[in-house]
This record gives sequence, structure tokens and C-alpha cells, in this order.
Amino acid sequence: MRIDVNAFLGAYPWRRVPGTSPSAVLAAMDRVGIDQAWVTHLPGLFWRDPVEGNGWLLEVASREPRFRPVPAVHPELAGWESVLSAARAAGAPAVRCDPTFFGISPAGTGMRALAGACAAAGVPLMLAVRLEDGRQRHPNDGARELPAAAVRTLVRTHPDLRLIVTHADRPFIEEVHFGSTPAEAARIWWDICWIWGPPEDHLQTLLATVGAARFLFGTGQPLRIPENGVAKLDLLDLSGEDRNAIEAGNAAAAAAKAR
Amino acid sequence: MLIDVHAHFLHDRTSRADWRERNASRLRAGERIGITTHVASILGSWGHTSPTYFPSPADLGYGNDTMLALQREHPDRIRAYVAVNPNYADHALAEIDRCLGAGMIGIKLAASRRADDPLLDPICRRAAAAGAPVLHHIWQHRRRDYPGQEASDAVELGRLAARHPSVVFLLAHIGGGGDWLHSLPAVRELPNVMIDLSGSGVDGGMLEACLDAVGVERLLWGADLTLETGWAKLRYLEHLLSPEEVELVRWRNAAGIFPAGAFPPD
Repeated sequence: MRIDVNAFLGAYPWRRVPGTSPSAVLAAMDRVGIDQAWVTHLPGLFWRDPVEGNGWLLEVASREPRFRPVPAVHPELAGWESVLSAARAAGAPAVRCDPTFFGISPAGTGMRALAGACAAAGVPLMLAVRLEDGRQRHPNDGARELPAAAVRTLVRTHPDLRLIVTHADRPFIEEVHFGSTPAEAARIWWDICWIWGPPEDHLQTLLATVGAARFLFGTGQPLRIPENGVAKLDLLDLSGEDRNAIEAGNAAAAAAKAR
Repeated sequence: MLIDVHAHFLHDRTSRADWRERNASRLRAGERIGITTHVASILGSWGHTSPTYFPSPADLGYGNDTMLALQREHPDRIRAYVAVNPNYADHALAEIDRCLGAGMIGIKLAASRRADDPLLDPICRRAAAAGAPVLHHIWQHRRRDYPGQEASDAVELGRLAARHPSVVFLLAHIGGGGDWLHSLPAVRELPNVMIDLSGSGVDGGMLEACLDAVGVERLLWGADLTLETGWAKLRYLEHLLSPEEVELVRWRNAAGIFPAGAFPPD
């Protein structure tokens, strides 16, 4: 079983990306042996009201059991609380909010309110540090990357909040993990899509220092080719238990926490 | 066969206390991936006693000596580029002669001087005479000057390549940062510029764009600092290309641009 917790459907506004349709993403999943993908409506992340992409997302996911929807929620637009109940009703494993793309403070009043509501609802909150390498972004794509300080702030807002952070690199993960209490760090999961393998061996180091229980298989597809996640695991000398945990068990555990 | 045209090693005079582990990790991962030859360079002291992209002659000499030693130690799987700083013109030419004469197979230019600067011309004439390719560090679409390097982009490399049509240039790490969509059309019409696929970037659509721009005959496989991204791109190419075309990218294109006998069962 392999679960990709970090996948998208739909076009990217800043460059042409092939393979963004549901059928193309399913084909890519087949190609690399991904059984299930947690998907977000990609263009919606750039809309003034990101929630407007959720309807299509939920409809697609309702027809394709290999997709699990991760709806977007914008905590500074009226009525945002209803997204959480809709997400729970749809069996969403998480909701996502990317505050810098939405143009809101990453740890401001809205985000802290959302964090509290996610904790109360038992729904993990997913955030991306980035979607593209900052050196190649469109000149008009000026959204900042998610600051590590925001993750530390958010995880402290509620003792039941669970965070899933995607596209983080080793320094970011270490800053948050070791800048949090063990109890706080145990409520954060990290996807592996932006973590380097050999010869720098960042992922191997993190598995030793932070622990395999904190990591999830994620690819960032279709913005990134999903082969990368599998290749970096294939380059590790992982026990079967740890590999299964990273590829599926940890994600299932995080999702199962949703009440 | 699988040739990594863009590899690096470390040594004891860098700032990295873990240099042995990193070198060993590259070779260990290479075995798992199936890399038969790492074609590698060392940029001086990697910033320890002179800047990585502006290495001093002394640091370049030590790094190149290290690469020669690694090539001797691993004759079956390591080959070397001689790294030079064009600002030290006499040293650069002497170092090229010394290291190619000792068995290195290519020249590495990083970001010490803009690619279209006349100071690079004598180096390219030496490359032409030796039949050695030039791997040139590229910032894909450099929109400004960045601290610590005088980086070049594909347009600037293209000017150099046009002045030296008998030299093969490797446009470094198309996935190594910056806008690769800017680079590809800039070198499309320059047959002596090959695209090195290395770099941490694994963008969806990047490999298709490379194939559309220059064709499979001008693609070279490499990894640079992230072997997993190199392996991922190779796996995806196996989906995009026929087995014969994959062989071109894996090693045949590389074998065609380095000096004869550069690789073990060449």
C-alpha cells in the first residue's frame, strides 16, 4: 500500500504542466505504484475564494475511490467553518490552507482560529511550504514561502491540533521539530517530497533524528514527477516496518485521528 | 552502462567534517542506481579557503589533485573534470594541460566569470585541441547577480558555444534551479550544446520540454547533488522513450562527446 498525501488536480496558473487531469494523475499513480492519493484542487489555491474549487474536487473524489479529497479552507472568508463539516462528511483525511498563497498572515488571527477549529473537529490541517523552487517561479508569483515560525506558532494553538506540512526541506523540519516540545512535534507529520537523498542523505538523517513515525510519502505531483518519492525510498536501507509506515501506515494513522 | 556526467566529491580541506561519508554515500547510491561512471569535479575547497565559485589557484590545484587521486583509486567508476577559474588565465591553461595530460576527460567551468567573456576563449581553444567537453555551471534564466557567484545563463553560454562550434558544451543541471523554460529555446539551434539533466528539480513537464527542444541525442544523464532526483528522471524517461533512446541518455550520448577511451568498456 502506498499513499501519496501530497497531490493535486487541475491546471497550474504559472506554467503549463502536463498530466493534471484526474485520469492523467491516476495513470501516473499506476506508473509508479501509488494506490491512493490525497488530492487538492490546484487552481483553486490561486483563486480569491479557494473554496470554489472544492465542489469539483469532492465530486471527482466521490467517483474515484483512489482519490481522497483535501479541500481548501480560507479562514478569513465568511462561512469558512462550513468547509470543515463538509470535509468531514466527505471523508476528507485533512483540509488545507496555504496562507501565503491566500495573502493572509501565516500565523495570524484567521489561521489560529482555523487551527483551533481543526483541532476541535479532529481534522488535520495541511500546509505547503512552497509548490515550486523559488528560483524558477514566475516573476509575478510573489507569494512568500511558509515560514517555519508559523508552523511552530500554529502547533501551539491547541493541544489536539494535527498538522501535515508538505514541501519542507531538512532545515525547515529540524527548526520546527527541535523548536517544539516532544508533545507538539508528535502532532506534526512531514511529507518527503522536498527532502534530499544521497549523497547529502538528509532524509536518512531525519529518519534517524526525528523518527520514521513523523514522515509521509508525498510527491507534489503533477507539478513534480512522482518517481522521485519512490526513488528516494529505494535508496534507503529501511526496515519493512519503517517503509510501510512512511508509505501508508503513518498517513492512515493521521487520517484515522479525524473524528 | 550509466554515466553520471555531473558529479562532485569532497576532500579534507573543505568545511565538511563528513566529507568521507558524503563521498562514500555517492558511490554507494551509485551502485544501487547502477551508475557505471561518475564524471566528477571539485570546486577548490568548496568555500573553505576561497569561495566555491571563485576558487583560488591553490584550492583548485588541491581539488584537482584530489580528483586525480580518486580517478586512480577507482579506475573502473570515476572520471574527472579539471576545474579552473578563468580569471587566473595562465593558471587555468596550465592546470588544463596538467590534468588532461594526467587522464582527466573534461573541463569544468563554474561561475567565476560570465560565460560569454573573452577570458573563456583560450580555455575553449584548449578544449578544442584536446577534444574535451566543457561542463558549464548555469543558472537557468539569471535575472540578476546573486552573491557568491558570477553565474551565467543559457543565452550567455550560447554566445560562447557559437564562438567555439567545435567544442561540446554541457549546459549544467537543467533541473538545478532557475527557469529551465528560458534555457531550452536559447540553445535549441546550437548543436554543440548538450543538456545535462541533473539537479534537484523534478518538475512535471521538464523532461518533455527538453526532448521537444533539443531531441534525445542532446540529452545527458546526471545527478549533481541529489542522486534520487537523477534516478527519478531516469525512471520517467524509461516511460517516455524507447529502450534504444534511453540508452542514448544513459551513456551513449556521453560516450560520444568525451575523448575516446574515456570510459572503461568504451
